[in-house]
Amino acid sequence: MTDEIPVSSPAERLQQPSSPELASRASSTFDVTSDLTYYGRRSVWQSVNPREIWHYRNLIWQFALRDLKVRYRQTVIGALWAIIQPVVTMLVFGLLFSTLDGKPTRSGVPYAVTSLCGLIPWQFFGASVIAATQSISNNAQLVQKVYFPKLILPLAALLPPLVDMGIASCVLLCLMMWFGILPGLAVLSMPLILLALFLTTLGCSFWLSSINAIYRDVQYVVPFIISVGLLISPVTYELPAVAENMSPTIKFIYCLNPFANLLMATRWAILGTPFPDIVPMLVSGLLVGCMIVGGVVYFGKTERYFADRV
Amino acid sequence: MSNVALRVEGLGKKYRIGTHQPYNRLSEVMTGLGKSVIDLPRTMLNKSKPVPQVAEGDSNEFWALKDISFEVQEGDVVGIIGRNGAGKSTLLKILSRITEPTEGRFGVRGRISSLLEVGTGFHPELTGRENIYLSGSVLGMTRSEIKNHFDEIVDFSGVEKFLDTPVKRYSSGMQVRLGFAVAAHLKSEILIIDEVLAVGDVEFQKKCMGKMSDVARGGRTILLVSHNYRVMYKMANVVIWLNNGKLKHYDQPDAGITAYLTDISHRNRDPIASRSNNETVPVIEQIELVGCSEGIDPILESGNDVEFNITITNPLDDSYLDYIVIGISDAQGTRITTIGTHQLNDFKPLPTGVSILTCEVRNLYLPTGRYTVLVALGNKRSRNEAICNTQALSFWVDSSNFFQSGESILDGQGYLLCRSSWKWTQ
Repeated sequence: MTDEIPVSSPAERLQQPSSPELASRASSTFDVTSDLTYYGRRSVWQSVNPREIWHYRNLIWQFALRDLKVRYRQTVIGALWAIIQPVVTMLVFGLLFSTLDGKPTRSGVPYAVTSLCGLIPWQFFGASVIAATQSISNNAQLVQKVYFPKLILPLAALLPPLVDMGIASCVLLCLMMWFGILPGLAVLSMPLILLALFLTTLGCSFWLSSINAIYRDVQYVVPFIISVGLLISPVTYELPAVAENMSPTIKFIYCLNPFANLLMATRWAILGTPFPDIVPMLVSGLLVGCMIVGGVVYFGKTERYFADRV
Repeated sequence: MSNVALRVEGLGKKYRIGTHQPYNRLSEVMTGLGKSVIDLPRTMLNKSKPVPQVAEGDSNEFWALKDISFEVQEGDVVGIIGRNGAGKSTLLKILSRITEPTEGRFGVRGRISSLLEVGTGFHPELTGRENIYLSGSVLGMTRSEIKNHFDEIVDFSGVEKFLDTPVKRYSSGMQVRLGFAVAAHLKSEILIIDEVLAVGDVEFQKKCMGKMSDVARGGRTILLVSHNYRVMYKMANVVIWLNNGKLKHYDQPDAGITAYLTDISHRNRDPIASRSNNETVPVIEQIELVGCSEGIDPILESGNDVEFNITITNPLDDSYLDYIVIGISDAQGTRITTIGTHQLNDFKPLPTGVSILTCEVRNLYLPTGRYTVLVALGNKRSRNEAICNTQALSFWVDSSNFFQSGESILDGQGYLLCRSSWKWTQ
């Protein structure tokens, strides 16, 4: 037992690990065995790795489910809110146009149908972007305590508004049956148009959520932009109704707005109104494509700092 | 056959502090932009004056971790110790991939899960059942894993009656139990745990400890941060001691924890006198062992009498603090005994001014080891130890001569030596 009494001072003792095996393990030179998965500084593509996001698909679903459940818990009419919003907006604008003696449509389709055709996708866009913008900052607690690919937060924010869009679409269908409107073959292109809508929404979401994680101003600006956008996009009116008084240059600029094309295409597919002009649509599509790619890259670049700075 | 489960290579994490922290609001960017525009003519005029810039190695930079390298074998339970701000939490955050290192990398075999808080991902509006699925998913369990362990989780948490009640109506104890229950059923190969054992009532803590030991015995690798050295001592088989962001020690828990506590006591012992800046309360100025060899730690022999001299300054004529306590703890922080003036029948209260109190302990029956001494002043009625110097003094005990046979008790044979006599009767 005598060897337990320190001959050297405790300060000296603590520099020497008590067994040689441990001593060798604490050193910084290692033999290279490479069956370990290594993590260090992440590159952009590691941050937004599609395979990893697919692996976390259950979590996307759980986040969306959480938001849906929380939203309608302790509400009386629950999912009816999804219908009330577009229908009331449609009624208000219909009343407004009729009292101002304006003609918001040229196609002869009943106003209720043509404006719902615009309002439902628009409200999907607005709700998704507002939810996605706050998705990182609202989940800051989670971001700082557990790892998951952050990209799934703005992705998950898309799903509850999608459910709302589904519910509201039923109202549109009922109205179309009431008016006896049957869509033509063009309706088969609806999945493609919806895909374009999702991608445009996601592109905006990636930018806004990652900027808002650090600069909170964004979440105050976005609702304003959405309400302005409702007026400058052909949501409650048809493009031909305003295009009559536009010079070709202004019309071209107007049609660069991706929603001008998206909403026209939607009405074309469902109601058989004219298809948007090809050239501005392609240019606008290209811009949107750049925005999406840029959004993903920007998200990947900033994602690494979220936990430290959100 | 030892397999590396985790290999850390030169890990470092740099934070920026102070005024040059990156902007957090757009308005700050704008004012920053405005300022630089206003400053532009001046900077152009005085070109000789360099514009201050945040350079590499600036004092605004702060390395929370630097040059951390170590290896963990499969099945190791690694305890991470260190003072507040030593970088323990940063290390856990990097290893659980919440934040990325500034330099270096680490390699992992298998899944790694982190448990940095209890009830990660819980939403107060959702029911217990819904939160089990949510929290499980957030922690990285698959749906089928949660489904398979659902009954076990509910069983362990003991909240089955309230499974369909929103968690916001739970007591905080129930929330903690449910949170830990989910986390305890994580099936990942490496588990990272931060201080979560320090919550809940004593009974539940015991249950958690039991579960953790099961997990550790099951051959899984655990990294654990805790300030509870008894937990560390019981569970860990390797200890990492971080000091100011650097790896100071990598050792078996026995040696590691002792070294760490030795260091802490050395730090704390010096400034006893300097703490007396508050003039209105009594101060324990000094405590010393009488008649011991001078050295870093005095060495005592078991069974001998010990005398403590405690110097106390009492600026007030105040009889509120009416007793003095000496607590003796072993190297793992377990209190071995407490002696105090309140245990006696006739004791005079604290006099005003500077006074030395001598305390004689007869026959200190302690086995070999290192001990720390705590001194406290307290009030007898409230049983409140008001003024306290933890680890004011430490000493070593040598018990090799106690029985005068060369024998003594071994590690794990107890905390106390007893004189005994044995006799056969037939």
